[in-house]
Amino acid sequence: MSSFSARHRLWLLALLIGSAALLALGLAIGSTGWSPMQNDGDPVMRQILWDIRAPRSLGAWLAGALLALAGAVAQGLFRNPLADPYLLGCSAGASLGVAALLFMMGFSPAATALALRIGMTGAAFAGAVGAVLLTLLLARGVEQSLRLLLAGVVVGVVLGSGSALLTLMNPDILRAMQAFMLGSTGFVGWSAVSIMAVCLGACLLVGLGCSRSLDALSLGEATAASLGVRLALVRLALIGTLALATGAAVAQCGLIAFVGLVAPHLVRSWGPVTHQSLLLLSPLAGGMLLLSADIAARWVIAPQELPVGIITALLGGSYLLWLMHRRGSGLGGAR
Amino acid sequence: MSPCLLSLEMRSLRLGRSTILHALQLAPAACAWTAVVGPNGAGKSTMLRALAGLLPFEGTLSLQGRAWSQWQARERARAVAWLGQNEASADELSALDVVMLGRLPHQPWLAPASVEDYSAVEQAMRETQSWDWRERPLSSLSGGERQRVLLARALAVQSGVLLMDEPLAHLDPPHQSDWVQIVRRRVAAGAAVVSVLHELNIALQADTVVVMDGGRIVHQGAPQDPATHTALQQVFQQRLLILQVQGRWLALNS
Repeated sequence: MSSFSARHRLWLLALLIGSAALLALGLAIGSTGWSPMQNDGDPVMRQILWDIRAPRSLGAWLAGALLALAGAVAQGLFRNPLADPYLLGCSAGASLGVAALLFMMGFSPAATALALRIGMTGAAFAGAVGAVLLTLLLARGVEQSLRLLLAGVVVGVVLGSGSALLTLMNPDILRAMQAFMLGSTGFVGWSAVSIMAVCLGACLLVGLGCSRSLDALSLGEATAASLGVRLALVRLALIGTLALATGAAVAQCGLIAFVGLVAPHLVRSWGPVTHQSLLLLSPLAGGMLLLSADIAARWVIAPQELPVGIITALLGGSYLLWLMHRRGSGLGGAR
Repeated sequence: MSPCLLSLEMRSLRLGRSTILHALQLAPAACAWTAVVGPNGAGKSTMLRALAGLLPFEGTLSLQGRAWSQWQARERARAVAWLGQNEASADELSALDVVMLGRLPHQPWLAPASVEDYSAVEQAMRETQSWDWRERPLSSLSGGERQRVLLARALAVQSGVLLMDEPLAHLDPPHQSDWVQIVRRRVAAGAAVVSVLHELNIALQADTVVVMDGGRIVHQGAPQDPATHTALQQVFQQRLLILQVQGRWLALNS
């Protein structure tokens, strides 16, 4: 908009440097805690660094960035500060996908073979995107925000009960489901990193392309329409972005809580911000958040590991609480 | 009479099952300020939204002689500016960012704001005396200050048609006078201004007063026309005291 102001450039730089520093730290923290690379060329060490720590750290950052971008898009699109990436049923859809996959595994050899081909990530992604499509269908298009939100809630509840039922019918999958619901960055490899990087790039492009329309939308739908914003097109593009970003992150890392909700609020707490800046800065902040949580998850009780979702929920929850107290009526209370 | 920029010929407008507006015609002329008045629930705001092409209805709407639907959205947005009432407010944007949104229809997709954009924004903000707090977020402004920023946003479009719903909400008397001055300047420059007003004394300074009741236009006429006064008395249940003071018409509650 008017300016990607000097202040925002400074924040951008700070977040980029912070992300780089955290990535370096992530390379130095292993399953036994602090273990930076020695300068002898130990091939095992190099392999650990290159094949485990590097993709894991980068993957955690990318997943955090994707969720934060999705959160910023959702909050802008629905003009609701409590909107998060899981709003349109993504999380419930992904859980159902994973539950159905795990359930199928024990069914018959053919089903197992099919399940293995699809894989956890494929099932989660298909579930997440399918849930959003179902929400769109129930809301009969993208015309009305309120109907979309309600349809999202309905889809979330119904699909959630579906995966609960599958889990109850086959308690063997309980543990795997629990791990997925808590989220983990432990299994991210280079292929996952490249998928998430491509998704992040695409989602950022679409998001930034729609950023002025989001600004206009924050003045109300009538004003946005009077300014020549094609609401249906913008909504469709942004919901697609929301589904892709959330689906990509959830498929690789499970249901990580709070990053998508908190990161945009963190950026907003630094002062007035246009959506262009918000959509650029939130992913960087979200990436840093999830990567720090991932590092903490590895480090705190090493050589054991905490599920990263627990840490993000703790960090995010306490941050929101602090923000709520600091800003009083803030968090959009005046809307 | 100057040519009309906008022309609305409505057969009816329904929201859900109820008919909000009945058959009516309105063609605000260029170089004129039209004020729409009437009791609560008369359909004033709904008619203005229809006039802005924001609501579907049975009938036709044309802009500069061309059907509304034949215009490109952006092209149309440069010609018609809209200021709504009680719409969502962009709490996170600075006042300058909000006013700059008025330049959206003038800017190519993704292009940064040009020098003309900045000068249009500054002019609009100085006109509404909101330039001094351009850096402040909208959430930190009072109701009246916010209204002046939103007014500047509509002015920054620099359109030939300006449609405003309750533009005087939250404005104190000096800024109400400023608003009238701004409207007069726009009208002198050739614009058609249509405003829905609750402030009858301000409305009686317009070039044309449109009196509405029950989803119909009861009367259109000049503010000094006795027929206009009769229509006003009729829709407000004969509970007005309309008098002339120092050459101006006033409507007081009786």
